[in-house]
Amino acid sequence: MNAKQLLKIRGLKIEGRSDETWTQIVNGIDLDLNRGEVLGLIGESGAGKSTVGLAAMGFARDGCRISGGSVEFDGVDLVQAPAATKRALLGKRIAYVAQSAAASFNPAHRIIDQHTEGPVQHGVMDKAESERDGMELYARLRLPNPDEIGFRYPHQVSGGQLQRAMTAMAMSCRPDLIIFDEPTTALDVTTQIEVLASIRDIVEQFDTAAIYITHDLAVVAQMADRIKVLLKGDEVEEADTRTMLSAPTEDYTKSLWAVRSFERPMKPSIPEGATPVVSLRNITAAYGTTDVLHDVSFDMHAGRTVAVVGESGSGKSTAARCITGLLPPRAGAIAFDGVDLPPDYRKRSKEQLRQVQMIYQMADTALNPRSTIGDIIGRPVQFYLGLRGAKKRARVEELLNQIELEPKQYIDRLPSELSGGQKQRIGIARALAAEPRFIICDEVTSALDQLVAEGILKLLARLQDELGLTYMFITHDLATVRAIADEVVVMKDGAVVEQGGKVEMFRPPHHPYTDLLLSSVPEMDPDWLDDLLKERGVDNIGDAAVGKM
Amino acid sequence: MNVVVGLVACVGFLVLAAWVFRFAGRLSGRTYFRDMELTTAFGWMLSVFVAFWGVYLYIFVESAVFFRWAVQGFVVFAIAAWLFRLLGRNLGPGGTRRLFRQMPLTASFGILIILLYAILAIFAGVLAPHGQEEIFAKVNVLPGGDPAIGGDPAHPLGTDQIGRDLLSRLIYGAQNTVGIAFATTLIAFLLGGTLGFLAATLGGWLDQLLSRMVDVLMAIPSLIFALLLMTIASAWAGSQPHLLTIYMILIIAVIDSTRVFRLARAVGGNIVVMDYIEAAKLRGEGMGYLIFKEILPNATAPLLAEFGLRFCFVFLTIASLSFLGVGIQPPLADWGTMVRDLSQFINFAAFSPLTAALPLMAAGAIALLTVAVNFVVDWMLHRSSGLKE
Amino acid sequence: MGALSRIVLHRLFLGLLTLFVVSIVIFTAVNMLPGDFAQAILGQGATPEAVTAIRRDLGLDQPPVTRYFQWLADVLHGDLGTSFAQANFVSFTGSDAEKASVLAQIGPRFANTMFLAGVTAAIAVPVSLTLGILAALYRNSAFDKVANVFTLSSISSPEFFLAYILILFLAVLNPLLPSLSNIYDGMGLGERLEKTLLPALTLTLVVTAHMMRMTRAAIINLLASPYIEMARLKGMSPMRVIVRHALPNALAPIINVIALNLAYLITGVVVVEVVFVYPGIGQLFVDSVKIRDIPVVQACCLIFAGAYILLNLLADILSILSNPRLRHPK
Repeated sequence: MNAKQLLKIRGLKIEGRSDETWTQIVNGIDLDLNRGEVLGLIGESGAGKSTVGLAAMGFARDGCRISGGSVEFDGVDLVQAPAATKRALLGKRIAYVAQSAAASFNPAHRIIDQHTEGPVQHGVMDKAESERDGMELYARLRLPNPDEIGFRYPHQVSGGQLQRAMTAMAMSCRPDLIIFDEPTTALDVTTQIEVLASIRDIVEQFDTAAIYITHDLAVVAQMADRIKVLLKGDEVEEADTRTMLSAPTEDYTKSLWAVRSFERPMKPSIPEGATPVVSLRNITAAYGTTDVLHDVSFDMHAGRTVAVVGESGSGKSTAARCITGLLPPRAGAIAFDGVDLPPDYRKRSKEQLRQVQMIYQMADTALNPRSTIGDIIGRPVQFYLGLRGAKKRARVEELLNQIELEPKQYIDRLPSELSGGQKQRIGIARALAAEPRFIICDEVTSALDQLVAEGILKLLARLQDELGLTYMFITHDLATVRAIADEVVVMKDGAVVEQGGKVEMFRPPHHPYTDLLLSSVPEMDPDWLDDLLKERGVDNIGDAAVGKM
Repeated sequence: MNVVVGLVACVGFLVLAAWVFRFAGRLSGRTYFRDMELTTAFGWMLSVFVAFWGVYLYIFVESAVFFRWAVQGFVVFAIAAWLFRLLGRNLGPGGTRRLFRQMPLTASFGILIILLYAILAIFAGVLAPHGQEEIFAKVNVLPGGDPAIGGDPAHPLGTDQIGRDLLSRLIYGAQNTVGIAFATTLIAFLLGGTLGFLAATLGGWLDQLLSRMVDVLMAIPSLIFALLLMTIASAWAGSQPHLLTIYMILIIAVIDSTRVFRLARAVGGNIVVMDYIEAAKLRGEGMGYLIFKEILPNATAPLLAEFGLRFCFVFLTIASLSFLGVGIQPPLADWGTMVRDLSQFINFAAFSPLTAALPLMAAGAIALLTVAVNFVVDWMLHRSSGLKE
Repeated sequence: MGALSRIVLHRLFLGLLTLFVVSIVIFTAVNMLPGDFAQAILGQGATPEAVTAIRRDLGLDQPPVTRYFQWLADVLHGDLGTSFAQANFVSFTGSDAEKASVLAQIGPRFANTMFLAGVTAAIAVPVSLTLGILAALYRNSAFDKVANVFTLSSISSPEFFLAYILILFLAVLNPLLPSLSNIYDGMGLGERLEKTLLPALTLTLVVTAHMMRMTRAAIINLLASPYIEMARLKGMSPMRVIVRHALPNALAPIINVIALNLAYLITGVVVVEVVFVYPGIGQLFVDSVKIRDIPVVQACCLIFAGAYILLNLLADILSILSNPRLRHPK
């Protein structure tokens, strides 16, 4: 091991327990990290990236065990080392930043007391010294009120701020290595930028080495010097960031990169004077007595996809609930083909219900786990179209063919026997079975891995072309919008901020909020974050943070 | 006092032994001993100590009759459960075979015992040598069937103070005690389950009303409430014992249905918020379809587990009431009453262990079934929680 | 007024309301008796004049609502009524009428029961918490599995089964403790303890099993939380992880476990007192049920329900107080 090398993992094997037997989930990974270097670890769910990250600290979660290989940190093999030796390194020289800061801070203690615990217990600083240092770190991480915020309890601080406080806590002993385990996955895009910028600054300032784990390619492009791609517990390839982005060698990596470039051809513009399929007029809706939608109006035209974009709490799902009739609006009306629908779904005719179908975000909860695929898809066929017996079965098989699943193989299975992407396809087939004209897609790809999500988007696009469907596509992900939308509606705090055709929306000038949203989406360019920060000015980010929180 | 000093000395000795054990182990240089905690070493020493003590008691102590019986019983049951599981793994349809393959020994023991009790309860009339109310001339015949010490081969477990055959009453007890408890649980489930699901699906004022009523009923400890109501029921029933038994079934069913209501409402409430229910509602499906096709199939697993637990609870409550003298009324044979009637025999343990074992047999029969049901439920719950991960 | 005290006051109010409604339920149940008190006191052979006289004396000619509030007012003044059995006894022997009041009967027995419950809690709480935490720390080990089988078995067994097993081994085969708990006034503490020990041990077996399982589940749940993993990854010693990170958050569930099991003790005490002929309120209750001594049944029921509700309320309030989110509102 040369003097610059900090971490050296050789042949790391990890097993996980399921049903009382051990199965290998990481199959011999090698990893090298030099001092001050940032390594990005990327892969889809089940790739074993978090498990590898924790193993780099000599740690395995309950139900997992390190079954082979070595993890040498600065000359000490953490796999073989006694517990006391490991404890002396953890927190002091190797630190960890978890995905959910809200769950990883102890709710019973103040933030600063948790911050100082490491330095005091490891004998690095005394309590007062560490507190002062903590405030300084908070200031560097651009937290508002750095002198005061540490004296709050975790539940009194917002998610984005907590994530930065946790980064400060990881820094408290000035470790040589920090493991970042998807630190921004749970955050909204505009918050994510601030956290990313803070993390990168502080890692650079203290010349700390880091392993940055994420599933988001654009994020890792900003953070890492080198990237390692994992797939099902195996390494696919490793290269420095620029090479990896511009010239990946493996097919799997190429397909990951290609997801980002999927985009539908432009459609001709809407003919003048056409009646929209669904039109919302001045909808105001409330849960209880608090209004959550304020005077929302937009139209959706035949054969087109309208993307409704916004961050969590913007009211986009509530708008969908108004259209389906689950939440009758307090004021305003919803028209289908120019005719007003009854506000409550219980008052709508079977024909009206048939025309509006929905696809849900979580396919797990959207399919009855006790019904077979044939029953799930067959029910609307029978209910709306009155087909029975062989005719019904033939129609179900036709639908399964349409969603690219082999009918004979899947018709008698239960949802639990399918993968996430397949379940989502069944959800689509159930909506299609009603032969509707309008389908609401509520975050249908956000729970899926990128490659699978791309498949779903392509399927939806194909079906639209074949059947002339109209989609209302609810999402928070602007990459998805770019891929599939014809028109875009931007929502914030229950109101429409801006709406228009996709091309116009992605071209300036924007509404300031649309601008913030658009510019916050990480791009695959490694210089993107630098350019953005230069453009906005560092102080601007701080202001945005204060303004938002 | 001596007992306490002895215990402390014992623990102290074991701690010392554990330390020595670990120290010796570390000389071998194995990482297992290096990372071993003292508590783990203590556990090892304790199990070795208990094993030696057990062997000593079993072989060398003449008077440890009950201990030997317990060990023999344990071994026999363990072997039976193991054989039963082996049988299940190799016979029958693929589904049950797969089930048996993942089954711990405790669960297969539980299923075996439940099956045995079911057979005993259903065929009690065939299996029992005499009728449950049949009175013989010989009273207080001692168990064992040896005429030399007051037994009678016709009555292997002897007779009671008015001359009824105890073995027959023990077998009929399965029919009465288990049957009544089962019927009570069924009624409690029909009542509580129906109302619970209704409250969960309809919500609104019905839910509020039922939930508040259940809150109040659950604020009174169930055995106490049952005793209070039994006082009143006994006044209503007058001198008709079978009427009192019916009242008891109803009273316990109502008290227990409150617990079922809570669970059914919670389970139903969790299912009702699922997207597939929303999808069915938006399709325009009616109430009947929602409850029978969408909700109930998804509630069976927790409800089945709850049925097991409720059955145990009802069974124990009935046994306790009978033991206290206000439950199942004579001449019906039942285990709780038998325990009370035979309890004085326990004082003969030193002279005639078999006689002393009589009340324990009746009480043990109760315990064995509840233990068995609990083992099965424990496994079911573990399985369903494991599937979620 | 802070949010916290508002929540606590709200719970207190709910508890009192429940107690009030429960008293109505008990009163109504008792009034569902066929015939009435007067008939019950005097027996079948009483003359109509005597029955009318008693009815007037006891206020039975009043409407039920009036009688309920009269009864409630009496209860609040500590007057629980007159025991039928004792009243008969008094009228036969002509002894002091004071002795016939339900309060005089319940008072000393209530103290005995509290003593039994206290001894049980003193043994059961520390033992079960220690074992429960150990089982959680060494989960899936041999110890945990053996403990699981043992606790499941003892939860499933009826109290009298455990009681007779203990009697068999500790009183009959090895005469270490007395199998009957004949406790009387003016007994020394040592002797009293000795006679209480066997019933207390029986209750301990049942309650410990419950408490241990609940503690284990609560601790396992806690140890799986990300902040415990975080503390470990900060290199904190196992002891510090437990004491500083797990314990403050475990307080609420553990308090809950203890209070729930003390509430459970209330029911368990009835059967155990009967087995050991322990002169407590549970035995009195069962005896009164058998001879249909309504005022005593009513009073015992009220006491049991009251204690049960209070303990549940206590658990509720203490776990609210130990929740940092509520103690430090935003």
